[in-house]
Amino acid sequence: MENYLEVKNLSVSFTVRGGLLLRTIGVVKAINNISFNVKQGEILGVVGESGCGKSTLARLILRLIDANSGSVSVKGKDILKFSNKEMKHQRRDMQMVFQDPYSVMDPRYTIFRSLSEPFQIRKIKHTRAEREKKVNELLAMVGLSPEHGLAYPHELSGGQKQRADIARSLALSPEFLILDEPTAALDVSVQAQVINLLMKLREELDLTFLFISHDLALVSYFCDRVIVMYLGNIVEIISADKVGTHAYHPYTKALVDNIFTITPGEEKPEAVLEGEVPSPFDLPPGCVFASRCAYVKPLCHETAPVLEDNDDGGQMACHYPLSNAKLAN
Amino acid sequence: MSLLKVSNLAVEFTADKKTVKPISDISFTMEPGEVLGVVGETGSGKSLTAHAIMGLTPLVGGKVSGSIEFDGVNLLTLSASEMQKVRGAQISFIPQNPMTSLDPVYRVGDQIVEGLRKHLKLNRWKAKTLALELMEQLRIPNPKRVFEQYPHQLSGGLKQRIVIAIGIGTNPKLLIADEPTTALDVTVQAQIMRLFKELTTEKGIGLMLITHDLGVIAQVCDKIAVLYAGNLVEYGDIREVFKKPKHPYTKALLDCIPYIGMEKGSLAAIEGNVPTATNFPIGCRFAPRCGLVMPKCTESFPDMVELAGGARVACYKYTEETVAG
Amino acid sequence: MSKVGTASRHKSPWMIIVKRLSGNKMGMLGVLIIATLILIAIFAPLLEPYSFKAQDIGNMNQAPSGDHLLGTDEFGRDMLSRILRGARISFVVGVASVAISVVIGCIVGAIAGYYGGVVDLVLTSIADLTWSMPAILVALLLVAIIGPGLESVVLAIGLSYWSQYARLIRGQILSLKGSVFVEATRSLGASDFVILFKHLVPNSISPVIVAATIGVGNAIVLEATLGFLGMGAQPPTPSWGAMMSSGTAYLFISPWVIIFPGIAMMITVLGFNLFGDALVDIMDVKNRESNL
Repeated sequence: MENYLEVKNLSVSFTVRGGLLLRTIGVVKAINNISFNVKQGEILGVVGESGCGKSTLARLILRLIDANSGSVSVKGKDILKFSNKEMKHQRRDMQMVFQDPYSVMDPRYTIFRSLSEPFQIRKIKHTRAEREKKVNELLAMVGLSPEHGLAYPHELSGGQKQRADIARSLALSPEFLILDEPTAALDVSVQAQVINLLMKLREELDLTFLFISHDLALVSYFCDRVIVMYLGNIVEIISADKVGTHAYHPYTKALVDNIFTITPGEEKPEAVLEGEVPSPFDLPPGCVFASRCAYVKPLCHETAPVLEDNDDGGQMACHYPLSNAKLAN
Repeated sequence: MSLLKVSNLAVEFTADKKTVKPISDISFTMEPGEVLGVVGETGSGKSLTAHAIMGLTPLVGGKVSGSIEFDGVNLLTLSASEMQKVRGAQISFIPQNPMTSLDPVYRVGDQIVEGLRKHLKLNRWKAKTLALELMEQLRIPNPKRVFEQYPHQLSGGLKQRIVIAIGIGTNPKLLIADEPTTALDVTVQAQIMRLFKELTTEKGIGLMLITHDLGVIAQVCDKIAVLYAGNLVEYGDIREVFKKPKHPYTKALLDCIPYIGMEKGSLAAIEGNVPTATNFPIGCRFAPRCGLVMPKCTESFPDMVELAGGARVACYKYTEETVAG
Repeated sequence: MSKVGTASRHKSPWMIIVKRLSGNKMGMLGVLIIATLILIAIFAPLLEPYSFKAQDIGNMNQAPSGDHLLGTDEFGRDMLSRILRGARISFVVGVASVAISVVIGCIVGAIAGYYGGVVDLVLTSIADLTWSMPAILVALLLVAIIGPGLESVVLAIGLSYWSQYARLIRGQILSLKGSVFVEATRSLGASDFVILFKHLVPNSISPVIVAATIGVGNAIVLEATLGFLGMGAQPPTPSWGAMMSSGTAYLFISPWVIIFPGIAMMITVLGFNLFGDALVDIMDVKNRESNL
């Protein structure tokens, strides 16, 4: 399968200033030299806890923030080198669905007006009837009625708003959608509706998705492959069907073990991860996960592991990957 | 005697000459040392139920009816100052967001000490010793140092531990926790939940855990109460309910949760949206979204029926069966 | 909310404000006063019992009577007619000068808040500089340059007061520019202009409207002050301030010449302030509708 998107050695760091004279307090490597690709028609998941850089990654790819180094190629062209005009054109093909449906629409616009905005921004001239037809098609696509178009955002439920946001992102017939925790603010019963809708839309419209979430169970259900991030680094790239059984990186394993299942009283293997994600300021050399890893060895504190291919067709960044350890025993 | 016996609890608000009843007809009991999970989606009234038990609804203009018997006393008959003594001392509340429930201008240690001194009438030194002990119990690393720190210097997980320390410091009989881990990372959630489980077993504290996350409930609860649109629809032993959910809503809700290894395309959704208090449907409130809806479901509200094994469910499917059997 | 009602049930944020205003008694009183003022300003020529500039030397400084309800001034002109006509001047000066302030303030404040950095520093400094100069001084200066007259009064007041609106808009935009809907609009490829003037400014405008309403009252007072100092509208144009100014000479002979324009101005300013205060209450309570 062809690659739709290729990210190579992408990095960005933020300088945090504070105090009276706005002195530099520290530098946060929000995204640290990461590389991956998204295949045409694939759903690639990005999973990690708060502060792992998953949302920053989405914004870097869409150039809502500027990268320090690296490249983001769409169908072989590095879009980080695009001029503003070329980028404006490129944005038609790449859209984003946001986390918080409660604030994603301008509160003063009706849903209809919000959904017409992409056409206005592109200066696509429509007669009123054409515009109406187009917007109503979009609404129908996400399971809303023309009636919902007349409503203001505060009149809709969270799920309906998220549908409307998805409709808006589809207005310009994109090829690629970045979904930034699209269901995190929704109830579970509604989450399932939105996930099923996204699956249907991908089939119908032949879309490629980058799906960002903190919920590993959801990601492994919805996606084809999963990128596991920790403190701005990719620690593992794994096929979604292998997440539960073939995790190589101890962090992936810990995430799997920490998911609460709905089987009451089922005792988990002894793997509650102690401590919390450390502050991203001035990290020590070595593996970023070393401070919390149950399998840590001296080497881990000295050199940082690089992302390497493993036998299952995935990649991991670990000196002592779990599956190998098992083989050795 | 039960620790807590809630009967026919209802809260109503009046605004702009309109009256809404976000919760009604809620009845359940809790035994000492028991962990009850109260689960529901947006608008289910789970937080309001907790606030009603804490006696906090009058503050926002809510009118509470029914009865809330705590340790044999109906809390609704207490005066505001009597309720003040119960609150914090015998019933403690752990709010949803640890980021905002601590006062940013005081050291966290002093915030624990303040509660201890007020409710246990301890002197400063004794209270501090006790606070440090509590922090140790909650596995706060280096408690002496953390004691001197301000909330913004602590991580989310540590802040939540401090809030829990404030909550349990006064040896309450009942702890009400409203989504205590929602704002935390998955790995930290697991730590906090384990802590809750230990605390309640060791100290015999009754814990009412309010959450939308069925996974969290499955880990620590003994009993579960499922709320939908302001009504209790199912109550029972956690294993029973998860193994054989009775109410169509509970069943549908359990099917909505993805798990690792789930087959693609098998994630079920409940169509439609959760109704809000201003437009609750007539009859069973789940009827418009229910796959097993019968004509009478949209006419009148089904009563709670007790099934063999102690489970209780409000659904006409079961009133039929009990009448027939 | 499982169903969305019929079209008539969809309330835009403005409709919600109108609905809440209708429940606010003092606010409605303000609206009533302002509406009356507008009607008087429009229909003044029809309402005047006499021509506002017709002099009647035989009837100078007459006390209020059946013929002249509010008396006459030192040229025998009918006070009622002059006050009615004066409403026009006050209203036009108040609204036009505030409109100038708001437009300048919105553009400067929006650009400063949105772009930040050096742009913000420069624009904020300019705004602070104008704010630190007493409005009356700026007005006197401008009048001295372009000469007395209504246009210079409008311009003077407009240029003195814009910085307060700039500050308000800037603050609102600073807190709004990180909103998800702004980011969403940007990811659609929208230009800064669209984001700024189609989304951010309309969402930041409520406090400006509140301030502008009260600002109209202030501008009317400032116009009267300038008129009183002889720098505003030139005779025979009946500005309330100028009327009071010329009345001072006859304060003890014919106090009505100074009292009635004063009362007219007081009621007008009160109307704008009541309306403005009501708007503060109404617009401050965010999302009250959705809490129900």
